[in-house]
Amino acid sequence: MWNTIFPYLLSGISVGGQYALIAIGYTMVYGILRLINFAHGDVFMVAGIIMVYIAASGLPLWVSVPLVLIITAAVGFVIERVAYKPLRSAPRMSVMISAIGVSYTLQNLVLYITGGLNKQYPAIPGISESIQIGGATTKVVTVVTPVLVILLVVALVLLINRTKIGMAMRAVSKDFETAQLMGIKINSVISTTFVIGSFLAGVGSVLYFTNYPTVIQTSGAMPGLKAFVAAVFGGIGSIPGAVIGAFIIGIMENLIKGLDIILFKAGLVTKPLGLAIFSDAFTFALLIIILVVKPTGLFGEKTTDKV
Amino acid sequence: MKAKSKTPAILTWLVIAVIYVAVFVAEQLLPPSSMLFTVLKKGATYALVAVSMNLLNGFTGIFSLGQAGFMLIGAYVYGIFTIPVADRPVVYQYYDGGAIQFTVPVIAALILAGLAAAFFAFLIGLPVLRLKSDYLAIATLGFAEIMRVLIQWNPMGPITNGANMLRLFPNFNDFNLRDASGNVTLYLSTLVPFLIAGVCIGLIVLLLNSGYGRALKAIRDDEIAAEAMGVNLAHHKRLAFCISSFFAGIGGAMLAMYQTTVQAKFFTTAMTYEILLIVVIGGVGSVTGSVLSSFLFVAASEWWLRFLDEKQMIGNFEVPLLRNGFRLVVFSIIIMVVVLFFRRGIMGTRELPDLFRKKRKEGAVK
Amino acid sequence: MKKLAMIVLALVLALSCFAVSLAEDLPVVKIGIFEPASGDSGAGGKQETLGVQYANRVQPTVDIGGTTYKVELVMADNGSSADKAPSAAQKLVSENVSVVLGSYGSGVSIAGSEYFKNANIPAIGLTCTNPQVTAGNSHYFRVCFLDPFQGTVLANYAFKELGAKTAYCLGEAGNDYDQGLITFFQQAFEGLGGTVMHEDFLTNNADFTAFLTTATAIGADVIFCPVSIAYSTQIVAQAASQGITIPVLGGDTLDSNVVAAAAKGTAIDLVVTTFYQEGANADFDNGFKAWLAEDAEAMTNNGGNDMIAGVTCMGYDGYFTALAALQAAGSTDGAAVMAALPGVEIDGVSGHIAFDETGDAIRTSAFVKKVNNETGDWEFVAEQTIE
Repeated sequence: MWNTIFPYLLSGISVGGQYALIAIGYTMVYGILRLINFAHGDVFMVAGIIMVYIAASGLPLWVSVPLVLIITAAVGFVIERVAYKPLRSAPRMSVMISAIGVSYTLQNLVLYITGGLNKQYPAIPGISESIQIGGATTKVVTVVTPVLVILLVVALVLLINRTKIGMAMRAVSKDFETAQLMGIKINSVISTTFVIGSFLAGVGSVLYFTNYPTVIQTSGAMPGLKAFVAAVFGGIGSIPGAVIGAFIIGIMENLIKGLDIILFKAGLVTKPLGLAIFSDAFTFALLIIILVVKPTGLFGEKTTDKV
Repeated sequence: MKAKSKTPAILTWLVIAVIYVAVFVAEQLLPPSSMLFTVLKKGATYALVAVSMNLLNGFTGIFSLGQAGFMLIGAYVYGIFTIPVADRPVVYQYYDGGAIQFTVPVIAALILAGLAAAFFAFLIGLPVLRLKSDYLAIATLGFAEIMRVLIQWNPMGPITNGANMLRLFPNFNDFNLRDASGNVTLYLSTLVPFLIAGVCIGLIVLLLNSGYGRALKAIRDDEIAAEAMGVNLAHHKRLAFCISSFFAGIGGAMLAMYQTTVQAKFFTTAMTYEILLIVVIGGVGSVTGSVLSSFLFVAASEWWLRFLDEKQMIGNFEVPLLRNGFRLVVFSIIIMVVVLFFRRGIMGTRELPDLFRKKRKEGAVK
Repeated sequence: MKKLAMIVLALVLALSCFAVSLAEDLPVVKIGIFEPASGDSGAGGKQETLGVQYANRVQPTVDIGGTTYKVELVMADNGSSADKAPSAAQKLVSENVSVVLGSYGSGVSIAGSEYFKNANIPAIGLTCTNPQVTAGNSHYFRVCFLDPFQGTVLANYAFKELGAKTAYCLGEAGNDYDQGLITFFQQAFEGLGGTVMHEDFLTNNADFTAFLTTATAIGADVIFCPVSIAYSTQIVAQAASQGITIPVLGGDTLDSNVVAAAAKGTAIDLVVTTFYQEGANADFDNGFKAWLAEDAEAMTNNGGNDMIAGVTCMGYDGYFTALAALQAAGSTDGAAVMAALPGVEIDGVSGHIAFDETGDAIRTSAFVKKVNNETGDWEFVAEQTIE
């Protein structure tokens, strides 16, 4: 039984870690701007496409990976300045629509550049090779991901709790107007948030596409949505919450993909039910349930409406 | 307001009548293969869907992203109940002809499509409508995704044909009147979608101008104040949600007729986003705007901007940048410009009759 | 300055008129190419289109009723998806094409079918193998073999040649090509005494590891995944990184240099059935490769090298079938071409083409090919014939 479940668990942990890196971007932006940054998943995809083109230009790996991360962070910065900053005083719905517009634009831009064809993601030496763990064969990246995620999260939490900009971020997310009155440079705090979020999405994209090495303009949509669900599940605004939520979702969706065979081996069903296609739907069902039962998520703070 | 003049109303009806007559005449005179009719048919479909979305997002202030899900339900219900029994073994080839072995008339199927969508809206609305703006958006979006998968699930196959396409149901071309030898005597394939969409949008406008409509707008402007004024929030929101979904369902059925085939996998969030962008371009809170922008959106994407996707030569000079996909890039940029700089869209919150009124002082922009 | 600009402009205009008038010397007959250039099947659609374009280079004119016409190809990208197919089909109809070629992918062909039917334009399917494309209508024809045939060939190969008893079938949910072929494979394979597990993934899925884990878990002897090029490359690559050595079987879509490249350097046996084996017709091979060598864009569309895909060959044959139909009709009118098509017979690169009463080409053989894991080239295995 364990032999059946283990491989699914393994890829679940791996993909969960990758969702976590995207989810942090969602949760940080939401914490500060109360905005679902619908374009975040597409930033993740753009990072993948940039890597494809940079690798094709023949730059060595130790240049290309950092370059991809820097460009991705810059993309995040530009998106915020162009599409969100002008709408700072507009109703929330306008900003969200702008986010959807950005998502649409990024996808179409990539469609145009790639001609709508799948692009092969370059193999990254060191993490693309196969290894054996507990009877299952997988890529090194599967093992690297959770470790890297934990390191990055620790660093991020330290940044938020121990540095000045971190303090500013916390202040802004507590109370936007008051923070402004206290002399915090709102715009630079917001920009920093987007840069950090996009940077992490860039890291996530390197890991994710090493595992699933094809990039197309729609590649970011599903991981993006799932990462968002993870952020909501963990309690939006809470970074550890987002990470835990992401791991739970990653593991659950992979178990569902294997549910038919697991049930079959356990002798519970005699014939496959085709449950694998519910792996995405499950994530959303989980979302609706958590929103209804505990709208603030696992670790979210309580908010009250002010009249 | 000063004494209401009748002129704007009369002019409005006149404009609408002229449009319908023009559509009818054009259809008899122009070759049916003209791109114009594609645009008109799809435009009418999108107009209905966009108005139904506007009813929620623009008039009630409920930010729902479930439109594609409700259209999906409508499209499937329409398809399932209208595929001729004789054709079912062909369509449901992997499911022995399917479980349902009867058909209902097209009009009944359309209404059924709407009712089914409204029913699901009622169910999902019970838990979801309690949520606040963006949570509600993401929950409805999730609902649409769940529906999409559920319909494709293999055990649903005898009813929904699983993930396979539904086809051979009556489409817009079947509204053309034909003589015994099959030659078309009267073209109605564009007028009928206009009529369906027109009636539905008319009903929505009636609703908006009623007491209910005013209550909905009150909810949009300030939920707490509206509640204090005695508006039953839960009841009104649910009603708006169900009505919007009803018409989205009919819109989905029309989309099925337009496309001649239906497949669950194409009712993605991208479709919802597209409709949302139409609503925004037209003006959030304007029925006229949604209708106008639907036709503009469809015409631009299917027709006018098509040339951007192909190599164009001016003499021997090849225009740079033009290749597959460029149309969508241009399109996205236009949309971003509207979203960022013309937030009121084409019409703002004005309607057709307002255009005929003397320009009154517009209320202060919030 | 302004004057200069005016003179230049006038010159350009005059030149362009001249250029246009040269080209417009002959009357034009339009052939529509209804193929995906983007989306999951974009790579395959482009290779199929290349066949038509190459044929058009070889034979750019056609004599219809005593007049020589220049053949103009009108492209419409159906985006590999049934929801974009209607507007692409509508575009061809509004351009008044005489006959349509395509599409790669059975689902999009079915989705566009109704539009061609209403406009009385015949369509010739090049590689859409699902029976549903031509069944029950008189305007859709096809030059390739069908899924019941292909599925049986593959099942026989798996059971008899590979000795497989358990097959794991993986398809894209709602893709008519995948589902059709899997159904017929399953029927044939179970008929032979094997067992089959069939699973589907949703469109845009990128993670196949769980499915491949399942295939291993049930102890499959063969993985049958007749999916688009985009997915099959991922399946092969992910299977390789999971250390899977189960043979992978596919239909004609997998016969592409892109898929072969994914299997290069792995331990995966990749076997496909297809329409054409490179080397069968030297003239066609050499001519096509020479064209790719001089046209960089064509080379890119072929996936970056000059290996010949089966679908390219079908595109080539389809073009000549269309020309033969135009000649037989003696008219550029769609309805006349449609009436002439059932009687058309040609000797194509892929074999003799003649239509049966449903409008399908009568074909009794398919090529079985296999990837050489060291070179990444296709190797001929057998020519399978079934009566």
